[in-house]
Amino acid sequence: MMYSSVMLKRLTNLNFFKKQYMLYSSISGNIQDLSYRGINKVNFIPTLDINEPSLNSMPIFRILDDNGDIVSNCNSVPVIIPENDELLKMYKSMVLLSIMDKILYESQRQGRISFYMTNEGEEAAQIGSAAGIHFNDQVYGQYREAGVLLFRGFTPEQFMNQCFGNIEDLGKGKQMPVHYGSKDLNFVTLSSPLTTQLPQAVGTAYSFKLLKNNRCTIVYFGEGAASEGDAHAAFNFASTLNCPIIFFCRNNGFAISTPANEQYRGDGIISHGPGYGIATIRVDGNDILAVYNATLKAREYVMTNTRPLILEAMTYRRGHHSTSDDSTAYRSKDEIEQWANKNPITRLKKFLEKKNLWNDQYELEYTKDTKKQIMQMFAIASKKNKPNWKEMFNDVYYEIPDHLLEQMNSLENHISHYPEHYVIE
Amino acid sequence: MAFSISFQSSILTTTIGVFKRSLSTTRMLANKQMTVRDALNTAMDDEMERDERVFILGEEVALYDGAYKVSRGLYKKYGEQRVIDTPITEIGFAGIAVGAAMAGLRPICEFMTFNFSMQAIDHVINSAAKTFYMSAGRVNVPIVFRGPNGAAAGVAAQHSQCFGAWYGQCPGLKVISPYSSEDARGLLKAAIRDPDPVVFLENELLYGNQYPITDEVLDKEFVLPIGKAKIERKGDHITLVAHSKGVELALEAAKELSSVGIEAEVINLRSLRPLDINTIIESVVRTNHIISVEQGWPYAGIGSEIAAQIMESEAFYHLDAPLIRVTGADVPMPYTKSLEIAALPQINDIAEAVKRILGVKDV
Repeated sequence: MMYSSVMLKRLTNLNFFKKQYMLYSSISGNIQDLSYRGINKVNFIPTLDINEPSLNSMPIFRILDDNGDIVSNCNSVPVIIPENDELLKMYKSMVLLSIMDKILYESQRQGRISFYMTNEGEEAAQIGSAAGIHFNDQVYGQYREAGVLLFRGFTPEQFMNQCFGNIEDLGKGKQMPVHYGSKDLNFVTLSSPLTTQLPQAVGTAYSFKLLKNNRCTIVYFGEGAASEGDAHAAFNFASTLNCPIIFFCRNNGFAISTPANEQYRGDGIISHGPGYGIATIRVDGNDILAVYNATLKAREYVMTNTRPLILEAMTYRRGHHSTSDDSTAYRSKDEIEQWANKNPITRLKKFLEKKNLWNDQYELEYTKDTKKQIMQMFAIASKKNKPNWKEMFNDVYYEIPDHLLEQMNSLENHISHYPEHYVIE
Repeated sequence: MAFSISFQSSILTTTIGVFKRSLSTTRMLANKQMTVRDALNTAMDDEMERDERVFILGEEVALYDGAYKVSRGLYKKYGEQRVIDTPITEIGFAGIAVGAAMAGLRPICEFMTFNFSMQAIDHVINSAAKTFYMSAGRVNVPIVFRGPNGAAAGVAAQHSQCFGAWYGQCPGLKVISPYSSEDARGLLKAAIRDPDPVVFLENELLYGNQYPITDEVLDKEFVLPIGKAKIERKGDHITLVAHSKGVELALEAAKELSSVGIEAEVINLRSLRPLDINTIIESVVRTNHIISVEQGWPYAGIGSEIAAQIMESEAFYHLDAPLIRVTGADVPMPYTKSLEIAALPQINDIAEAVKRILGVKDV
């Protein structure tokens, strides 16, 4: 924002006049010397045209088709297929995520936790990208990236401890459900206000550049989040400050209830790339191998060039936005069903079956065992003690200030007088 | 300038025994002066030299040396990686600062004025202030958000608001509002070294003012404690508690009142959060009267908070009269000079309030 008093100051800035003078003097002099500070190349034309935006959509990169076969013309691309163990880890992570989702979603419906958000339909976008970055890279999630955290080593126990806010929750019961974070796993604690993670991730990428520590940042967001001013500020800053960052957009078709075609009028989120001078990739978000390869390539690009990149994964949010809405109010069951056939988990399963790495028997055993384990963990997490009440006062400031210490002591006094009224854990 | 001269003369007329503390820091003054602008500038320079992680970002801070020249010379000295002119988006560079702080740097985020920080307030409140708590103590966010705050002159509603009460309300933030050059230098250096996010509210009209300083203040290791007020003037009849430009008004009023035999004690809050309520209480126990002075709005303001905390403390029983808040008028700032004057607390308003509380009739 630039307001009146500031504008006056700017106008009196000598540089301003100098620039103007240089421009005029070059016009009256040699016309070929003319250049504008705001564009790269000067080309005058005698015709007056309105530049309509292109109606063409950028193509979508994919490796696997809906049947789990490698697409026929894929040979032209140097595609990297992960080792068998890695492929199985990716697949199992997707399945585990979907099982955990079902259990925690149900637990919210039963009133056992206050809130939950599922990842259904977007498992490939999450796990594929998590596999494509380095452990040292910093991850900023939006809120639908549990799979990324899972793949980096966050355990199902840790997810459940967080959702219950129990004594073993890394967040000590201070953050609402699904707002995970793990400093050890380089995953920033989630922030509810939409899109604040984008400029912050750019700031982190900028730090990495200054610290020359060979790390980059990946920041996740939905296509709806890209409508926030934060997103545009972040794109512009990342580009002007040359930051090594991957902007990973999960274009899942809905911002809560608002469909993507009412969210913007351009060609998806990568259409912002040229405007901000940022490179882009568009990928099939339900094809885990495509997402993996695209992320590998994106990481190589941002590190080699110290430049940002927007990676748009086209996908579909099959679940509700969160436990606070019912998506059948704004989309048909048929539509949801149609996308069930493009399930990213099934697609990888078909590919693995064709490679003889997986079969129905394995599937049955794995899902049965996983369900059982997660149910057990769930029962344990729900019964664990809650954090000590003193935690309420901790971590407001680096050192606890006097007024909070006074309140803590006063509460301690009170509780010691009336222990029968309090559960002390 | 006019003010700093009168400030010194008021000190010179005081007796040495009573004012030991203030004299000990002002003895050499007569020859050493520094503007608030230079105090802020040298504070940042010292800290950038001391710690490579410290950098400045904001609009016009580099090539143009800052809209108010507070960052003068720093771009030349530290280069474009550490003094960054950003595109014009507060939401962008405040967010950048939060992310950089999370990743281990120590940003100084300059808002051209705090009025524009409203565009970025989500990053200040929801991210900077709360992340340490939300990460259960794992990720601290050491940032200084600084820039001019409160009423300037002739710039009306959208350039003249005090955000002391706004930011002061939020746990997780520290909020500083300096008055003199000593305050500005000592507190900004402390803020840059602090592990928590600090909102540092400067005042455009004070930037050019010169204040006496000592060699101690010029020392590279000089810092002031955040959360401690300073008694700028001793007095036994009434306590005037103020911050920033309000301190200047209170000192002027105290000088005027002195000529009619009323000795007011003036407390410069320096820090709005944490608030040094103990210094206020100790003073009230002696003077039995208190007036708060601020340029911001009365509703839920800094004066209101002081009134509430006094009610909850033993100082309440020492009061001979209720507290009066002298504040800006409860209206957006008008532009026309005569209206602007009417909307801001004046020296006379303070003197009148003091006389009213003490039951003194005009001489």
